[in-house]
Amino acid sequence: MSWTDEPCIRMEKVCYTVGGRTILSDFDLVLEQGVNRTILGVSGSGKTTILKLLLGLIHPQHGSICINGLEITGKPEAAYREQRKKIAIVFQGGALFDSMTVGENVGYRLFEEGRLSQGKIEEIVREKLRFVGVEPALDLYPAELSGGMKKRVAIARALAADPEYIFFDEPTTGLDPIGVYNIISLMRRLQEAGKTTLMVTHDLATAFATSQRFSLIHESRLAFEGTEAELRACPLPNVQEFLQPTVASLFV
Amino acid sequence: MFSLARLDTGMQRFFAGFQEFFFLAWQAFTRIFHKPYYYRDFAIQFDKLGFSSLFICVLTGLFTGMVMALQALIQLKPFAATSYVGGMVAVTMIKELGPVLAALMVSGRVGSAITAELGTMVVTEQVDAMRVEGTDIIQRLVTPRLKAMLLALPLLTIITDAISMLGGYLIATTYGIGPTMYLSTFTQFMVPLDYLEGIVKPLVFAFLLTMIACQTGLATGGGAEGVGAAAKRAVVLSSVVILMCDFFIAKVFVVFR
Repeated sequence: MSWTDEPCIRMEKVCYTVGGRTILSDFDLVLEQGVNRTILGVSGSGKTTILKLLLGLIHPQHGSICINGLEITGKPEAAYREQRKKIAIVFQGGALFDSMTVGENVGYRLFEEGRLSQGKIEEIVREKLRFVGVEPALDLYPAELSGGMKKRVAIARALAADPEYIFFDEPTTGLDPIGVYNIISLMRRLQEAGKTTLMVTHDLATAFATSQRFSLIHESRLAFEGTEAELRACPLPNVQEFLQPTVASLFV
Repeated sequence: MFSLARLDTGMQRFFAGFQEFFFLAWQAFTRIFHKPYYYRDFAIQFDKLGFSSLFICVLTGLFTGMVMALQALIQLKPFAATSYVGGMVAVTMIKELGPVLAALMVSGRVGSAITAELGTMVVTEQVDAMRVEGTDIIQRLVTPRLKAMLLALPLLTIITDAISMLGGYLIATTYGIGPTMYLSTFTQFMVPLDYLEGIVKPLVFAFLLTMIACQTGLATGGGAEGVGAAAKRAVVLSSVVILMCDFFIAKVFVVFR
């Protein structure tokens, strides 16, 4: 077990291949606490794969991934389960457990841990649902919710165990403008509350509204890393193509 | 075109799958004795896997017992040996057909459901979400199903056997065979080891079909189409494995008889 003083999530020289197709090649990423980051890239570029690698849900063929200094690469899940509890994720489709009510979904981790009383868990669940504005849906099942409500419940579930980092996988995809606005507002409130967010998206408006630093993935590699101003000023054709796609790029 | 490289890849995949199966099976089995026990999930699964299959097993047992008796009586009548029909039905049903038919019915009805349920959870990222929440997915998703099936399938088999005996008796009465004569031949045809065989088989089948269904479900990929393909694969594989294992278990019991 190796530890460093600086709390962060770090990915170094990571290579990930599936079925002979290279998804990531020599990919580096650092998520420092308090610095909200967005990973940009076109659909299918490997953005969600990065989140799954950082969570230890999948393992790279080469490279190193550390959560707050603990190397997780190649280790059995039980070895880093505690460390992973510092991270929560809001999946693209919400990934709510469809056999459980909204309340049970939100309190899932707390029920599993079994450290708190039933009453205390219910109190926390209500508080988190109130925070995301869906408290009346407490006893509903996921199938009875709209897409936007599912995402908000997924955020409430992510918040329930008070994680240090929250990952968002395409949080605004498929939502109407009001839904997008609600999600952006929630993310900002989370950041004000001291949570560090890492989002993957191809939605530039959401990215610029919620993040300070940006990474752009292109053809399995890190094509850019920097602030919004640096991103806009970046002369690299790949970056400019992503920011201002032309009609010609549709046919490439 | 046939190539050694393709054969090699196929063999590697087969043995990798085999290894994964035994690894998952071992982990699921050892977790039966570890906390948390997930009693609620066990009860839900027992209801889903056991009670929901009761009616289909009763029907299967009744008609199989009736047809077994009918065929046996036709064969026995020329030898004036119709009184042995009870024993013949008992041997066939308790040792062979009861466990196999109950397992095949449960496999078709419940095995595919387990695979589809777990497969859907995989493709909708619910399994990943559980893992992120700190849950041991084998303990939470596989072990309760395994425990439920290990209890439910032997019970369903006993019920199938009993109903088939009743079905056989209904047909036997049409040939003038009374209940005493029907039941008395059981002891002539059966030894205690045969009853044990009738319980060991469903236990082994329950373990195999649950593990095949769970492994196939957890390895699902490719969206809704993948879930359908996985469910089909699980049913075919578990049915074939049940029939193959039936022979080997029977062979073992023949040795010790």
